Amino acid sequence: MSKVGIIAHGTIPFTKEDSKIESILHKSTNDLFQKNPNIDKKDIDAVLVSTNNNSKYLSPILSEMTGIQPKIAHSIESLCNSGTNSIVSAFSYISSGLADMVLVTGAERYDSPGQILEWDNSRGEFKHPIFWASIFSKSYKKEYDISNEELAIVSVKNHKQAKENPNALSKKTYTIQDVINSKKLTDDLRLLDCSRPCTGSASILLATEEIAKKNSDTPVWITGIGQKTTSAGFTKNTSLSSMESTRLAGKSALQMSNHNISEINVAEVHDAFSVCEPMALESLGFTNPGKGMKMIDDLYETNNFKINPRGGLIGTGHPLGATGISQTIEIVQQLQNSAEKRQTDNADIGLVHNMSAAATSSTVLVLEK
Amino acid sequence: MSFESELSKGKFCIPECLTCKKIVWPPSEFCDYCNGGISLKEGDFEGKIIEFSRQNENYFCLVEFYNSIRIMVKMTKIPKKDQRVKISKCGISDGSYFFNAI
Repeated sequence: MSKVGIIAHGTIPFTKEDSKIESILHKSTNDLFQKNPNIDKKDIDAVLVSTNNNSKYLSPILSEMTGIQPKIAHSIESLCNSGTNSIVSAFSYISSGLADMVLVTGAERYDSPGQILEWDNSRGEFKHPIFWASIFSKSYKKEYDISNEELAIVSVKNHKQAKENPNALSKKTYTIQDVINSKKLTDDLRLLDCSRPCTGSASILLATEEIAKKNSDTPVWITGIGQKTTSAGFTKNTSLSSMESTRLAGKSALQMSNHNISEINVAEVHDAFSVCEPMALESLGFTNPGKGMKMIDDLYETNNFKINPRGGLIGTGHPLGATGISQTIEIVQQLQNSAEKRQTDNADIGLVHNMSAAATSSTVLVLEK
Repeated sequence: MSFESELSKGKFCIPECLTCKKIVWPPSEFCDYCNGGISLKEGDFEGKIIEFSRQNENYFCLVEFYNSIRIMVKMTKIPKKDQRVKISKCGISDGSYFFNAI
């Protein structure tokens, strides 16, 4: 299989602004082209838009607004992991030879219809994600004897790391007591345990090996891809304290990249809620079942940004269609040693974990210098 | 007679494949295993609480029936894990299913 590289990226700050989806898409794409004036738009064969927004024909619209006439133009929606699914589609177009250069732009408004999966009637009247997150939290805490205070460190860590991310929604740091004292949504979930829907956009440009080397001094290669869907409905999850789709997607991605999890230097994991971070770390194999919180606590105590350096979804905000792309850009910056105050040491191999709907589906990417 | 038409009358039925007898969940027109048609079993079904939490005065519980159907139900009394419960009220409101259990 031919190599596929990431050669450029753009983003906008994540906010609560009430902007049109077309405008949000345009802004991060424009940021990409402004930062990379050497890119010839005529070379772009495909434009993919990642969003849950209900507006139609967004990819041709974005193409027209940015002066691109691609062969391939369409949207991709898969709730919260639309972004990495779009990157996988771009990878597939390039590696199959259908395209040499693909632009992927993800965008979402703060009021995205993707926040609630209306189809999932097994959830009864409890369709909002806070309910599955509460069930996960209760189950995980009970199984591994974790207190609310211990779990709160996820939010404390990720808000702290987000403070070093100029594009993050959160600008504040919090203590464990702040998290515990934040609004009680359920017995097992506080407001500060949650990522917040927001308005945001992120763009990424992928290309063949030959074009990547010509257009970038520091391309980052996608060397591993793993995806798994176990169901669509939350109640079909066989475990409430681990993520089966994540385990399987992570295994596939590592196998494809010929690496093992101990070789991953930096990772973005899908912390939609506090409990998701230890569950993801354990399911990916970074640590053993029940040891995720120990790992997170150690990282926090040593000011190590290895996991969720940009602040995760909790600190950065969660514009659904842009999230997976924003996560990927963070790992690209880490591998290019350009993450400034968030930079981790010796970042050669990175991982992105992006999931949807209570981990019923997951996408994992492995990226390398 | 569909699952939803019965649910809208306040009846919780179990969808079962006419051909292979597999319980089909979520309710569907066809079996996800053998693609056969579906019938509805009526009854006073008993489920088991798998997990629960609480929002304000109400508990929301993940309840399992026949080792295969799992739904989120509302309870007002303090639940216990593994407690056996029955659907006391159900229906469709604003397009969404709702289930209460005792």
